[in-house]
Amino acid sequence: MEIASDYMPWPRESMSEESSNTVSKSSLRDPDRRQRPHDKFDPVRSIKTVGQIGWAILTLAVAGWLIWRGAMAMEYNWQWYRVEPFFYRVVDGEFIWGPLYKGLIVTLQLASISGVLAIIIGFITAFARLSQSRAGGLIATVYLEAIRNTPLIVQLFLFYFVLAPILGIDRFWAGILCLAFFEGSFASEIIRGGIQGVDHGQFEAGDAIGLTPWNKYFYIIIPQSMPLILPPLTGLLISLIKHSAIVSVIAVAELTTTGLNLISDTFMAFEIWFIIAGIYLALTITLSVCVGQLEKKMSIQKR
Amino acid sequence: MPDVNSDLMTPISTTPLVEISGLCKWYGKFSALFDINLNVSRGEKVVVCGPSGSGKSTMIRCINQLEEHQAGRILVDGKEVKPGMKNIEDVRRDIGMVFQSFNLFPHMTVVDNLTIGPIRNKGISKSDATETAMHFLERVHISEQATKYPPQLSGGQQQRVAIARALCLKPKIMLFDEPTSALDPETIAGVLDVMIELADGGMTMICVTHEMGFARKVADRVVFMDHGEIVEIADPKSFFNNPQTDRSQLFLSQLLGH
Repeated sequence: MEIASDYMPWPRESMSEESSNTVSKSSLRDPDRRQRPHDKFDPVRSIKTVGQIGWAILTLAVAGWLIWRGAMAMEYNWQWYRVEPFFYRVVDGEFIWGPLYKGLIVTLQLASISGVLAIIIGFITAFARLSQSRAGGLIATVYLEAIRNTPLIVQLFLFYFVLAPILGIDRFWAGILCLAFFEGSFASEIIRGGIQGVDHGQFEAGDAIGLTPWNKYFYIIIPQSMPLILPPLTGLLISLIKHSAIVSVIAVAELTTTGLNLISDTFMAFEIWFIIAGIYLALTITLSVCVGQLEKKMSIQKR
Repeated sequence: MPDVNSDLMTPISTTPLVEISGLCKWYGKFSALFDINLNVSRGEKVVVCGPSGSGKSTMIRCINQLEEHQAGRILVDGKEVKPGMKNIEDVRRDIGMVFQSFNLFPHMTVVDNLTIGPIRNKGISKSDATETAMHFLERVHISEQATKYPPQLSGGQQQRVAIARALCLKPKIMLFDEPTSALDPETIAGVLDVMIELADGGMTMICVTHEMGFARKVADRVVFMDHGEIVEIADPKSFFNNPQTDRSQLFLSQLLGH
């Protein structure tokens, strides 16, 4: 049996340098030879783009006009000039924050505290489900199924009317815990998916160099799962901000509650609901822009 | 056939570094490994070959418990390695492993890939670990890439980094799981050169590979596996020139036939 004694697939000498069909090495790297042609101006495509933008503007204008005409028909008395004091007032040279500002602060507190708690609960639940422990897995599964299969508002009533008196906590913390456990259940599935999305070889490599499970996850697995976790987690935090409005039913003085109170005082329903919707929109868009920047930074770092 | 294994054992030193006896593994009802007996002495180089699905990788992955076995005993440097054991990390730190798909950490620079093990496992200071890392990067001829990220390197360069990463933990034995199978032909030679240098330096090695030129040059013994069993153990010269079993003859003719 004849076997090649060397692992070189062919002798180097056989690759001749002066073959007539090849381009010389310096010209292969010549940038002028390989320049990309200029993109040509395409009038048809430009007109189409302008047309699309025109359609969008027209549709939005029609919707706006319908609302305005409806309000006119109701003889609604627009009083935008009365809105500013709801944010702040200056009385005798003294600056006083208005109710909408205070409500916004409470909403931010609700969302940020319960957001942090939800992520912590999410990690704990995800690891409980991924672990070998039967008890951990069972508890996590029961928690997930209970939370995901009952309405949020029912959970809120349970937290406020049943758990809060037992644990001796106020309505603010009842709202925070309810939101944290609700969003935590979704966060745990996002985190579990992110961790399982990391290439199996990375787990094996971490094991093979003798890292402890904690070090393996902390330095190897979780950093690599972040690009998979961050986009859906941003969506979750945005829905958390929106869901925080529901704690108005237990009268936590956040943005929506403040709005309801102002309307019952002033009957300016249209203006105030537009403003409140605008504030929520500003919060959520700010959040997604920030996370978008963060993701960009992370993907640049990886390259 | 049962005594094929024992006749041909020619240990280099008296105490084996790895002792595998009666090793069996099943995936469900499928028998992946059956009655594997193999001793590897200190400084010995063993090449494991065989058709795909013959259990070569599974066998060496049992040695550091990336796969759990169900029967048999594995001793590494006198310590038994078994499924579900505590402090498995301590055993793994003595066993370097190189994978077919490199498995470098893509979010860390090359030098961080090399230092994370020593820093986190052994509490070595960052500057000492970096010094060791640079030493091993020079040994695999790639020190100029230290600050790059693995995806920026070619396959062959990544595999050499992976070898250096394993060496940084000062292992007693190196396991190679088809280290050149995922590489472009022109980068294979560089990786094999590094492995040959490592072998010449006296490292104990178990290599699953299809590089028969490497096996001839480096191996003290060639282990031929098929269907989860060791079929033949021989020194490379007699294995390649005069294979004893039908299955190894068939395997070699298929490997070298074209």
